[in-house]
Amino acid sequence: MKVLVAVKRVIDFNVKARVKPDGSGIDLANVKMSMNPFDEIAVEEAIRMKEAGKATEIVAVSVGPQQASETIRTALAMGADRGILVKNDGPVEPLAVAKILKGIVDAEKPNLVILGKQAIDDDSNQTGQMLAALLNWPQGTFASKVAMEADSVSVTREIDGGLQTVKLKLPAIVTTDLRLNEPRYASLPNIMKAKKKPIDEKTPADYGVDVAPRLKVVKTAEPAGRKAGVKVDSVAALVDKLKNEAGVI
Amino acid sequence: MLDKSATPTRSIYFSEEHEQLRAQVRRFVENEVKPHGLQWEEQGYVPREVLQKMGSLGFLGIRYPAEYGGSEMDTLGTVVLAEELGRSTFGGFAITVLVHTDMASVHIFNAGSPALKDKFMPDVVAGKKIVAVCVTEPFAGSDVKGIRTTARREGNDYVINGSKTFITNGVHADLYCVAAKTDPKAQPSQSVSMLLVEKGNSGLKVARPLDKHGWRSSDTAELHFDNCRVPAENILGQEGRGFYAIMKNFQNERTTIGAMCIGECSAALELTLDWVKSREAFGAPLWSKQAIRQRLAELAGKVEAGRQLVYHAAWLDARGFDATKEVSMVKAYCGELVNEVMYDCVQFHGGLGFMRESAIERMSRDARVQAIGGGATEVMLEEVAKRM
Ligand SMILES: Cc1cc2nc3c(=O)[nH]c(=O)nc-3n(C[C@H](O)[C@H](O)[C@H](O)COP(=O)(O)OP(=O)(O)OC[C@H]3O[C@@H](n4cnc5c(N)ncnc54)[C@H](O)[C@@H]3O)c2cc1C
Ligand SMILES: Cc1cc2nc3c(=O)[nH]c(=O)nc-3n(C[C@H](O)[C@H](O)[C@H](O)COP(=O)(O)OP(=O)(O)OC[C@H]3O[C@@H](n4cnc5c(N)ncnc54)[C@H](O)[C@@H]3O)c2cc1C
Repeated sequence: MKVLVAVKRVIDFNVKARVKPDGSGIDLANVKMSMNPFDEIAVEEAIRMKEAGKATEIVAVSVGPQQASETIRTALAMGADRGILVKNDGPVEPLAVAKILKGIVDAEKPNLVILGKQAIDDDSNQTGQMLAALLNWPQGTFASKVAMEADSVSVTREIDGGLQTVKLKLPAIVTTDLRLNEPRYASLPNIMKAKKKPIDEKTPADYGVDVAPRLKVVKTAEPAGRKAGVKVDSVAALVDKLKNEAGVI
Repeated sequence: MLDKSATPTRSIYFSEEHEQLRAQVRRFVENEVKPHGLQWEEQGYVPREVLQKMGSLGFLGIRYPAEYGGSEMDTLGTVVLAEELGRSTFGGFAITVLVHTDMASVHIFNAGSPALKDKFMPDVVAGKKIVAVCVTEPFAGSDVKGIRTTARREGNDYVINGSKTFITNGVHADLYCVAAKTDPKAQPSQSVSMLLVEKGNSGLKVARPLDKHGWRSSDTAELHFDNCRVPAENILGQEGRGFYAIMKNFQNERTTIGAMCIGECSAALELTLDWVKSREAFGAPLWSKQAIRQRLAELAGKVEAGRQLVYHAAWLDARGFDATKEVSMVKAYCGELVNEVMYDCVQFHGGLGFMRESAIERMSRDARVQAIGGGATEVMLEEVAKRM
């Protein structure tokens, strides 16, 4: 069974993002970039399937600039078998990524595609769902537990009301939530071994996809600073404020 | 010409694998070190499980051969490890690891017999056996040739007598690489040999753990050797060649300490930047005062200069060039610089910088020894001067 995992190169979660002085976007010059944390969870889940004998090959895919090959290397160092880099320098919106992934799925024929539920740079939360629609495959999003069976997969999802378990017939799409697993470290011997694993380079055109943005960013601004809170001395005072000042209860 | 098509890292010195190693060590430090460091400071040592976990991730065998579980990287791999551990804000933790990897176990690896290496190196790389190096004595520190500990040959054994002090990992190590005079009558530089002593040898006594100004999560000991008998095959290298082995391994030790200092400087500047940008005085953040931000900018420049000097010295070493002069500069410059940086970082923290609850207070104590251990500044400057 083949598993495809999507990995995105994003601004590192520890970096304090800064808006460019002209408001045209986030300043990425000289900023540390890493694998999207939700994608690390996706890679980890695929590796655990392989270790449990439920997957045979893991292919890590990234759409992005040349440096996104570093992100693929990280996945390879964690335990993925090979990579596909779809090179593109500008921004790529979720729909374009989903179309590219569909092209790769058509070529690679995986039984399962695992993606992060969202990327921490633009928080779109769309790619997995769009890919499922384009392929007409079942989807289990926001997974906190994934159990593989012979020709299906059970996905426990985190939803507002609690947990929901859905059973999907393979092939299927899964997107990961934070509590699915704790991704492993890439050990140094595995980092060195990953050097020898292959990464194919493709372009969006290879899959007939036009990545021209459909959306226009009008302006990027820092969020307003939070105002200082107030301390109340009793529960009664708190309830009073919530009722009469905040108007939330 | 630079090959611009290759994946660019932001330095001419580092490969993609170095950067991956850096990312993994940094994550390890954030998740497995920083949340527990205060407890290790309290108890005075780093738990063995942490070292073993680092071993299982390959962090303790960066340069060693694959047959021992190592990854055969170069000197720059060591620099990455030391810099990232220095960034942990717990100097005691960092030195526990770095003495093991780059100051002590190198004596076994560089000079031990194949049999000794096969016996011990796999466990050293796995973090199952921790190593200490014992050169300094109550009456000889900078002046290595002046050591008084002796190792007398008796049949198939050496019998060691004397004492050692300020020995990092001295309380909890499993293996001790000990400098002793095998021929006290020979010329001082020809009189020293290195011997491997295992914990549990009845002639080796941990006389006392030492109570230190900083590096409090590192165990440091005074050791007594009282008719300590070891088999002759435990000699590390040839008899009488120990002084040269020590001088050679010092090069790696000093590069490592330099990189550790740079990591400490970077972490201190980051902490201080966060503080002065959020702390308000006289109606605006402290960062709005030129006196403060220009001083921090100046320090950032000095740290960057030091960083590049460390990288360059490591690169020379990795290429097989003699880098004694550059490495001595690294140790002299970085050991002083880290103290200069800590002084100002404490200063800009105001009264908080004097309080035990702030990381910068601990870091300023940890920094002090960097100008003393592994070659004091004055001694390093002599090494530079000799080569001018
Ligand atoms: C926390 C800690 C951990 C240590 N860990 C280890 C370890 O694991 N193994 C080990 O073997 N040692 C260890 N050491 C010892 C360390 O390497 C020595 O402290 C160091 O080499 C200095 O030696 P000393 O303390 O005897 O000082 P001294 O050599 O007595 O020097 C005292 C002062 O005189 C100066 N001085 C000396 N010679 C000259 C000169 N020729 N010209 C001008 N000035 C000079 C020095 O710079 C220094 O300022 C450790 C020390 C500390 C503090
Ligand atoms: C051990 C100890 C005992 C103390 N005892 C007492 C006591 O008994 N009673 C009491 O009232 N206080 C006491 N203090 C407080 C002490 O007076 C303050 O710590 C000191 O005034 C500095 O204030 P701060 O800590 O708020 O630092 P901050 O005012 O926040 O200053 C932080 C840094 O910014 C710099 N800075 C501030 N303003 C400017 C500026 N305009 N331009 C350039 N740089 C600037 C400062 O020089 C400092 O380096 C004590 C402090 C300590 C550490």
